[in-house]
Amino acid sequence: MGRKLLLEHIDVPGIETFEVYRQKGGYRSVEKALKSMSPDEVVEEVKKSGLRGRGGAGFPTGMKWSFLAKPEGVPRYLLCNADESEPGTFKDRYLMQYLPHLLIEGMIVSSFALGTNLSYIYIRGEYLFVLEILEKAIAEAYANGFLGKNILGTGYDLDLRVSPGGGAYICGEETALIESLEGKRGNPRIKPPFPAVKGLWGCPTVVNNVESLATVVPIINMGADEYVKIGTEQSRGTKLISACGNLERPGVYEIDLGLSVEEFIYGDDWCRGIKNGKQLKALVPGGSSVPILPTHLITKTANGDTRFMSYESLSDGGFASGSMLGSGGFIAFDEDQCIVRNTWNFTRFYAHESCGQCSPCREGTAWMEKVLWRIENGEGTMEDIALLEDINKKIEGNTICPLGDAAAWPVASAIRHFREEFEWHIKHPQEAMSRNYGLLKGATV
Amino acid sequence: MVKVTIDGVEIEVEEGTTILNAARQVGGDIVPPAMCYYSKLEGSGGKCRTCLVEVAAGSEKDPRPMPKLVASCSTQVQHGMIVKNASSERVKTGRAGVTEFLLANHPLDCPICDQAGECHLQDLGFEHGKEATRYREERRTFDPIDIGDKIKLHMNRCILCYRCVYTANQITDQRVHGVMHRGSHAEISTYIEKAIDNDFSGNVIDVCPVGALTDKTFRFKSRVWFLKPMDAHRDCPTCSGKAVVWMFGNEIYRVTARKDKYGEIETIDGKTAWICNTCRFETKEVDKWNVEGPRLINRHSVISQNHYTLQNPLNNNTKNIQ
Amino acid sequence: MKVEIVNKERPVLSEKAKAEIQTVIGYYPEGKSKSAILRVLHIVEEEAGGWLSPDTMDMVAEILNITAIEVYEVATFYTMFNLHPVGKYVFEVCHTGPCMLVGSDNIIKYIEDKLNIKVGGTTSDGMFTLKTAECLGACGYGPMLQCGKFYHEHLTPEKVDELIEACRRDEVKIY
Repeated sequence: MGRKLLLEHIDVPGIETFEVYRQKGGYRSVEKALKSMSPDEVVEEVKKSGLRGRGGAGFPTGMKWSFLAKPEGVPRYLLCNADESEPGTFKDRYLMQYLPHLLIEGMIVSSFALGTNLSYIYIRGEYLFVLEILEKAIAEAYANGFLGKNILGTGYDLDLRVSPGGGAYICGEETALIESLEGKRGNPRIKPPFPAVKGLWGCPTVVNNVESLATVVPIINMGADEYVKIGTEQSRGTKLISACGNLERPGVYEIDLGLSVEEFIYGDDWCRGIKNGKQLKALVPGGSSVPILPTHLITKTANGDTRFMSYESLSDGGFASGSMLGSGGFIAFDEDQCIVRNTWNFTRFYAHESCGQCSPCREGTAWMEKVLWRIENGEGTMEDIALLEDINKKIEGNTICPLGDAAAWPVASAIRHFREEFEWHIKHPQEAMSRNYGLLKGATV
Repeated sequence: MVKVTIDGVEIEVEEGTTILNAARQVGGDIVPPAMCYYSKLEGSGGKCRTCLVEVAAGSEKDPRPMPKLVASCSTQVQHGMIVKNASSERVKTGRAGVTEFLLANHPLDCPICDQAGECHLQDLGFEHGKEATRYREERRTFDPIDIGDKIKLHMNRCILCYRCVYTANQITDQRVHGVMHRGSHAEISTYIEKAIDNDFSGNVIDVCPVGALTDKTFRFKSRVWFLKPMDAHRDCPTCSGKAVVWMFGNEIYRVTARKDKYGEIETIDGKTAWICNTCRFETKEVDKWNVEGPRLINRHSVISQNHYTLQNPLNNNTKNIQ
Repeated sequence: MKVEIVNKERPVLSEKAKAEIQTVIGYYPEGKSKSAILRVLHIVEEEAGGWLSPDTMDMVAEILNITAIEVYEVATFYTMFNLHPVGKYVFEVCHTGPCMLVGSDNIIKYIEDKLNIKVGGTTSDGMFTLKTAECLGACGYGPMLQCGKFYHEHLTPEKVDELIEACRRDEVKIY
């Protein structure tokens, strides 16, 4: 087992309560930051740590913080993005459900660093049961003087609230999240202006992922100098990986960034290989929107170098032969899985989740879904493959928000690496349809 | 003032101007088409993506090209910016893609659509569309509904520009229609049967770039190219009373606001000349209007076919400007 | 799409729900009560038997001092809100990629056969509604379904049987 910075005490009974969490050293970072550091020093420390956003885009957190506009007399807001909805990703839920105080602690320190007096956790609506856990923990934090007025006697005030969504993947996009928090439809905003200048209720706003905010805790506790010793040059620290699909032991793991992909899939401490002794066919390493990798590009890069779990190694080779670390949603496909069916499934997801605001995404994702459904159901033609590639190109880069790209990449990469499988489906419709992917007969949902 | 170059034409515009509005100051082919942006409606734009342009150089300070095509209606010019619209292959491809997307589920019922002849989607399809569709799937359909006794909503034709939503928000006292559902199921609707009842509600017809919202008092009465648009005014206690009456012989078939070459309602005396429902729907008698004279219409428009040309072709000095 | 809606009397909110609504509106600054809309819709939906009629939404508009259309726009955007009556127990089975890889399609088919309804349908006794959902964030523990607020993970046909039986015995917590 690797080092655990976030999940160190996850197995301690009662760790979701303030009392046990505090006994285990919880809220030390709040004491340290509020009593011995200035807000700017906290920002500097996070910058120095090299922490990159854990939600998917991997943008340096400290840099994002430093963009926050600070006009006099205007409130600012810190929003925690707990809208975790990227297929394959369930680490934030795990963290909030079992270690609610860790997120609260991270939010207090981060709010202090950014000078906000009111912060929100925007949690996806389906996690209402987690919302209750968080609110219970928040109430404990208020009762113990870590939230509210004059925290620890330092004169710093902070209110922290949880705000639920209602079932919309798009609200994970930061401007859609802000719209949703304002009580509107989750339509992403046209940028600029960026949230750092004009966000929630028109005020400067920072939106950070759950794991990013939780990671601020160990960074402050151990100091950035120690934190940067973990991981690789461009991928500092540890990362939560949500492993799922056809793995022997799926679940949430905390890894040192830079662990080899092979070790993570097959190692005894980790996923222990593919379920039922089957072979690994393909891998989506960072949530459904990142490019899929075929067998020969999973543990090795195109150059034959070892592939590591890091931002730089997983994207080695660009989109031609690489992928992305993304949100850490690690989806493994065994030899029996059908890439066409899965590509259709992912595309249906994006078509379902498109907000419908801009035309390329609204029309393009729905169109791709229909074409893929045809191919999967024995009614495709060879031209459909070229059509998909073309629709793809016309969505990518032309939309308001990255959902268009997220919908385009899985299709483009699936065709790039598994073209023969698409062709086989089209040439052998009967066989393709009767091939049993472990499905009950007639299951076509 | 900042200097910007669009398709090789250099102009100076005020800081904060968008690329689209800078191009409109020049006019002609360098102006990108815009289906959702409407300068008179705050917050509009950015959605349809037809106005995408290539930024070949971001600014004098940072001359790097922008990696993606940008929506010209919502991107501000920077000093030294170089923009390519008609001169960019990427823009042509991108715009053809957007056009195809907008038409994918469109019913193409122009022969029975009252908007035909003055439809921006028709223009867009003509300029950037393909001759045949690649869309083999079943089209998304909705039943036409009445929203109020004077306005018909054909959701099949809607491109979700949101202009009518902004109009209702910004010029009427209470909006009762909006966008329901999401993704490809998104639709303009009142959700429950409710009439849009407001003195200015008829303006949603004028801002609609397609035939989704049409005037029921004009429905199936004629085609716009058979009518002569005349500038006219009347004393109206509710609105400016400055409108266009569309005539056939001595009869008024319909009344609209006065629109400029981009299809936007004109600014008259410093104000956007929205017209009220009384003028639009209930004042069809010629003697109630002071008819000023023929409206200038783009000579390429189907509406100006056979109108206003003098008998002697050698003396063709008709002012069909714009 | 024409929305056909059965109108229904406004639900009578319990004192607990009223208090909760007041509390959550207080989570947002003065004048920003619209922000509470999603939370309030969740609370009210629970009170109104699991779905939102136009009358119920009009009530929410009044509570938040916003127009009815603002509530309709929001309620139809977010997929968790039921705009039509549903059964007492709504099974929302995740059918996105990771769950599909581990057999969610089988579970859906099994429930369809077991309850003799199709996805989207409600049993004639009004007990169960079967729906599919896109990724619910339990990818490592699939196949799974959500019933009310809670997740039921690692589903097998046997576990589905147990769940259905437990529902019939009124032993399954939904809120």
